[in-house]
Amino acid sequence: MRVTIKLARYELRNVLRGRWLLAYALFFLLVAEVMLRFVGGSARTLLSLMNVVLLVVPLFSLLFGTMYLYGSREFGRLMLAQPISRRQLYGGLYLGLSVPLALAAPLGITVPFLVHGVSDARHVPSVIVLALAALMLAFIFTGLAFLVAVVVRDRAAGLGVSIVLWLFLAALYDGLVLLAASSFSHYPLDKPMLAAMLLNPIDLARVMFLLEFDVAALMGYTGAVFRQFFGTGLGIGVAAVSLAAWLVVPLSIGMRLFSRKDL
Amino acid sequence: MIRIQGLRKSFGRLLVLRDLDLEMPDGRITALIGPNGSGKTTLIQCVLGLVRPDRGSIFVGGQELNGDDGYRASIGYMPQVAPFPDNLTAREIIEMLMDVRGRREGLDTDLITAFDLESEMEKPLRTLSGGTRQKVNALAAFLFRPPLLILDEPTAGLDPVASRALKDKILAERQAGRSFVLTSHLTSELEELSEHIAFIVDGSIRFVGQAEELRRRTGASSLDRALTALARERRTEVDSPGAEGDRP
Repeated sequence: MRVTIKLARYELRNVLRGRWLLAYALFFLLVAEVMLRFVGGSARTLLSLMNVVLLVVPLFSLLFGTMYLYGSREFGRLMLAQPISRRQLYGGLYLGLSVPLALAAPLGITVPFLVHGVSDARHVPSVIVLALAALMLAFIFTGLAFLVAVVVRDRAAGLGVSIVLWLFLAALYDGLVLLAASSFSHYPLDKPMLAAMLLNPIDLARVMFLLEFDVAALMGYTGAVFRQFFGTGLGIGVAAVSLAAWLVVPLSIGMRLFSRKDL
Repeated sequence: MIRIQGLRKSFGRLLVLRDLDLEMPDGRITALIGPNGSGKTTLIQCVLGLVRPDRGSIFVGGQELNGDDGYRASIGYMPQVAPFPDNLTAREIIEMLMDVRGRREGLDTDLITAFDLESEMEKPLRTLSGGTRQKVNALAAFLFRPPLLILDEPTAGLDPVASRALKDKILAERQAGRSFVLTSHLTSELEELSEHIAFIVDGSIRFVGQAEELRRRTGASSLDRALTALARERRTEVDSPGAEGDRP
């Protein structure tokens, strides 16, 4: 672990000096600032920001993560000629990239709120949950990005897989779930719908936010079922645990594959 | 120092190393020579643990590689291209290596002077020329005074002055008793540096021994002629199956 942290520190420095990360954080700062200025600190602003987070954080983490691991391939060989293990290198690269990436969006979002304040004190926890969702999504999708880059050898193909994965989880998935729901509407669908939601980290983040935000009407089918099933408190807990699984599982599979493969 | 037994590796259907046996003696410069795609780089990567062989065993310093990473503390490696993170400086790369190796004492920074690198150490690596990065690469390989150095085309991309400085460094460290494994396509360089030659063709060893022995065996006056003769032997073998490769 000590070596992992040491590696991560230098990777972190490398990432922080790049312009991409800054642009990414500024993007969120700008969006939040504009919303707060022209729409105000209302529920609508928060919901719009949530949608931006749910789309942009996974996309950017996937693309940036895949490119980063491909870009580190040669340097990784040099590092692995040192007495360090593959796991240490993988962990170091992951931490060095995911930590700044995970902090960038929440920082960009919360700073304008700190400056302007919210219209209603009840929105404060929502802002916090939104920031947490952005944080978790960045960690999860950087892990998925690394997994893609380990499995797919070719750089262009890997980027393609990342984009398709994003399209599937961010857009197609909900459509397919709805299609299934309307096709099988004569059957009790509560439990399959719950399962379907746990299988998509973006859905999980959305429901976690909406549960806190308490707008049942906007939760859609799965969200409503979810709250009915778990209630708000337990629901957030289950969503958080599932998100944690989405973090740990791809990361450990990626690490295992990376340890075995030819570099 | 390095003993390789029955090493086999294939990538998909392509058999790159065919049950290769090789010994690289201590305190010598061993040159791995062979046509492009003959398996030199794969062999080096197996020794470094970057590529997992299908079967066979590798001993470094008498210890068989078994998945432990500790043995690489005794190896300095200089890859063919210098791949560094864009936004770090050469100084930070050196710091990073010292950190992960946990060693800050008794380092060999001679090459900083020999390459006149001091003024480049604080610049981001992205801004340095390919040759300068290659110098940093060489510096990193020699830094920890490892008993074994593996250099993949060490002088490729270096200017004549730097190239000379690196060759002098190699010869000096060889005098100090370190072992070298190097690949190169420059026969002049091989002529000067290599004492021990391993000629690889199609993933197996075609010839291993002293440079003079190779010349004697092929009756050629220079190393490149000798190598050409060796490469021809292969072709004759393919043309007439059963022909003995060991001709005068």
